[in-house]
Amino acid sequence: MSHRGSRVLRLDALARVEGEAGLHLTVHDGTVAEARLRIYEPPRFFEAFLVGRGHGEPPDITSRICGICPVAYQMTACQAVERACGVTVGGPLAELRRLLYYGEWIESQSLHIHLLHAPDFFGHPSAVELARDQRGAVERGLRIKQAGNAIMEQLGGRAIHPINVRIGGFYRAPAPAELVPLAERLRRAHDDALETVRWVSGFDFPDAAYDGPLLAMRDPGRYAIDSGTPAVMAAGAGSNGATSVGALPVEEFEHHVVERQVPHSTALVSELDGHHYLTGSLARYAISGQWLHPSALEAAREAGLGDPATGAVCRNPFRSIIVRAVEVAHAVAEALRIIDAYEPPSRPYVEVPPRSATGCAATEAPRGLLYHRYAMDADGTLTLARIVPPTAQNQAAIEDDLRRQVQSRLDGPGEPADDEELTALCERAVRNHDPCISCSAHFLDLTVERG
Amino acid sequence: MDSDVRPSLAVWTFASCDGCQLTLLDCEDELLPLTGRLRIAHFLEMSTAEDSQEPATLAGTGPYDLSLVEGSVTTAEDVQRIHHIRRISRRLVTIGACATAGGVQALRNFADVEAFRAAVYASPEYIATLDTSTPISTHVPVDFELRGCPIDRGQLLEVITAFLAGRRPNISGHSVCFECKRRGTTCITVAHGTPCLGPVTHAGCGALCPAYGRGCYGCFGPVAQPNLESMVSQLRHDGMSERDVLRVFRTFNAASPEYAPVPGLAAQGSTEPPAEEEPR
Repeated sequence: MSHRGSRVLRLDALARVEGEAGLHLTVHDGTVAEARLRIYEPPRFFEAFLVGRGHGEPPDITSRICGICPVAYQMTACQAVERACGVTVGGPLAELRRLLYYGEWIESQSLHIHLLHAPDFFGHPSAVELARDQRGAVERGLRIKQAGNAIMEQLGGRAIHPINVRIGGFYRAPAPAELVPLAERLRRAHDDALETVRWVSGFDFPDAAYDGPLLAMRDPGRYAIDSGTPAVMAAGAGSNGATSVGALPVEEFEHHVVERQVPHSTALVSELDGHHYLTGSLARYAISGQWLHPSALEAAREAGLGDPATGAVCRNPFRSIIVRAVEVAHAVAEALRIIDAYEPPSRPYVEVPPRSATGCAATEAPRGLLYHRYAMDADGTLTLARIVPPTAQNQAAIEDDLRRQVQSRLDGPGEPADDEELTALCERAVRNHDPCISCSAHFLDLTVERG
Repeated sequence: MDSDVRPSLAVWTFASCDGCQLTLLDCEDELLPLTGRLRIAHFLEMSTAEDSQEPATLAGTGPYDLSLVEGSVTTAEDVQRIHHIRRISRRLVTIGACATAGGVQALRNFADVEAFRAAVYASPEYIATLDTSTPISTHVPVDFELRGCPIDRGQLLEVITAFLAGRRPNISGHSVCFECKRRGTTCITVAHGTPCLGPVTHAGCGALCPAYGRGCYGCFGPVAQPNLESMVSQLRHDGMSERDVLRVFRTFNAASPEYAPVPGLAAQGSTEPPAEEEPR
C-alpha cells in the first residue's frame, strides 16, 4: 500500500507496558499530522479521596497507584508529608529507605529490560518466546529481578505494596544479620547486572534522538534517586550538557510544570515552561551519570554510552535499555554498600507531629520524576493532594517522539511502510519510554483508514 | 498451535494498579516452568501475541480455559467487557481486592463522584466513568475469588496449580490471627495495645504487619462472618478514634458488604466519653 494519501492509524491497546493506552496517528500526503497517545485507563481519583484522610495515610494509599513502583509513591509521599511537618529523616533511616528504593529499582528496571523491552529487539511477542533462543539471558534477568524483590520482601514485608513504610521511617528496622542473605544474593546480581549491560549493548539500535529538554533530580556527588533538586538540561544539549543544567527548586515545581487536560486522555499532560520534555532513565543519565557507582560507570563506558563526566548524553530512546541496565548495576552496587555499612538506628522511626502546613517532594521513580504535594490541617487531616506521575509528564514527549520516528520512516529510503510496520515501530517507540500507564495505559491495536 | 494441548490462560485487567497481575511476573522461579504447562494466550502486560482472530474489543475471542481477572468495574465499557470475558472463559477467577471488593477506588461509592471528577479534572465532561467501583461478582458469576491488596504469590500459584489438577484451590478462610499464631508472632494487641484488624481480616498475607510491629490494616478484606461489634469496641479500647475506625475499614476493601455496619458501630462507640475507657 502507498504511504501517499491520508490515513489514520488507531492503535487501541499497547502491550508490554504497565496500564492501558492506545495510539491515534494521522498521516496526510506522507506527513504525520497528528500523533496522540490515548490513555484510557479509567480514572481512580486518588487526589480526591486523599482529602479528609490522615497525614500518616499517603504512603499506604498512594502506593496503590502503581503495582510496579509502589515504593516510589511511598518514598515521595513520606518526604512531602515530613517536609510539611518540618521533619528531616537522616542517618541509618535514610539509608534504609534508599535500600528499599534500590530494591524497587532493581526489580522494576530488570522487569522492563527483560520482560517488556528486550523481546522487541529480537522480534518476539514476549519473554517466553525470547527464552527459547536466549534462555540464559532471560533467566539471568529473572535472577536480578528476584534479588530486587528479595530486598523489598525483607525490608518492606512484601514486594508489592510494602507494609513496613511509615512517615518518619519504618515500623521495624532490620537487625544486621537479617540483611546478610541479601548481600550474598546481591553479589551474584552484580555480576549478572554487568553481564546484562554487555548483552543489551550488543542489540541493534535504530537511529533516533529525542532533542527536547530533560528533567531529573540532581544531587551533586550522588546519582540522585531520593534526594536533590529537580534539574533541567536544555533542549539539544549533549556535547556540552554538563554546563546547561538549571535547578528548579521543588517548591517552584508547579510554577514550571503545568498540567493540562486533553480530551483524548484520562492522564493529564504536563508541560515544562510550555514545552514537552522527557523524564526517566535518559534524563537521569544526562544529569547525574558522572556520579554513578564506579563499576556501573565503567560498564556504561564499555557499552558505548560515552562518559557523562565529559558531557556525553544519550538521547536515543532505543538505547534507554542500556541506560536502565547500567542503572541496575548501580542500584545493586549501592544496595551492597548500604548493607555492608549498616548500623541499626536507635529507633525505627522519628515522630512526625502534624501541623497546619503544605509540603512537596520529588524523587526518581524508575520511570522518571514523581512529584507529590500535600496540605494539611493542624490535626493532620489532608486538605489537598497533588500528584504528578512520570508518565503524565512524558506523554507529550512520547507523542513528539512517535511523530518524529514515523515521519523519519516515511521520509527514508526503501519500500513504503505498511500499516503493520508502522504499528510495530509505534509500539517499540512507546515501550522505549517504559510508560507506566496505570499511574496516569496496555496494547496497541491498529485500524487504518486511507484517503 | 493445533497440536498444543496446554490449557490456555488469559489475564484481564480492569481499574487497578496492575500489582496483582504483576504477581504472576514476580513468580521468577516458576514463570518459565509454568509456561510449559499453560499456554499464555492473552496477557497484555507480558505479551504482544494475540489470538489470530482477536477483534478490537480488547477481549479476544477465546475460548480460554482459565481467565484471571484483576481490577474493578468503573466504566460502562467495563460492564460490556466483563460479560464478554465471562462468555469466553471456562473458569473465571478474580485476583485481588479491586476485583473481589471494588478496591481502593470504591471510596467513590461513599462520595459525590461529580465532586471527585471536578477535583482532578478541569474538564470533567471528558471523563466517562460510573459513579461506583464494583467487584466482578456484581456483574458475572465468578468461579473463585482470590483476596488481597495485593494477592499473595503462593496463593496465586496454588490457584493455578489447583486449576491444572482439576481441584478446588486449597485457600482457607480463617483470620490473620491464625497466621500470627502459626508464625509465632506475639499478639501485638495483647502485648502492646496496638490496634489490629487481625481478628476480622481474611488470612493470606502470612500475618506480615504484626511481624513488623504494625497492626493489620485489613488489606485482604473481611473473613466470612466478622464480629465487627467486638472488633470496633476493641479498636476503640486500643485508642482509635471514631474517625480512625471508619478510615481503617474504608480503605482497600471499602465496599465489602461485611463492613457496612462499621459507620454505625464507630459512631456508637463515640458516645462513650473517652475517660470511661478502661486503662491499659
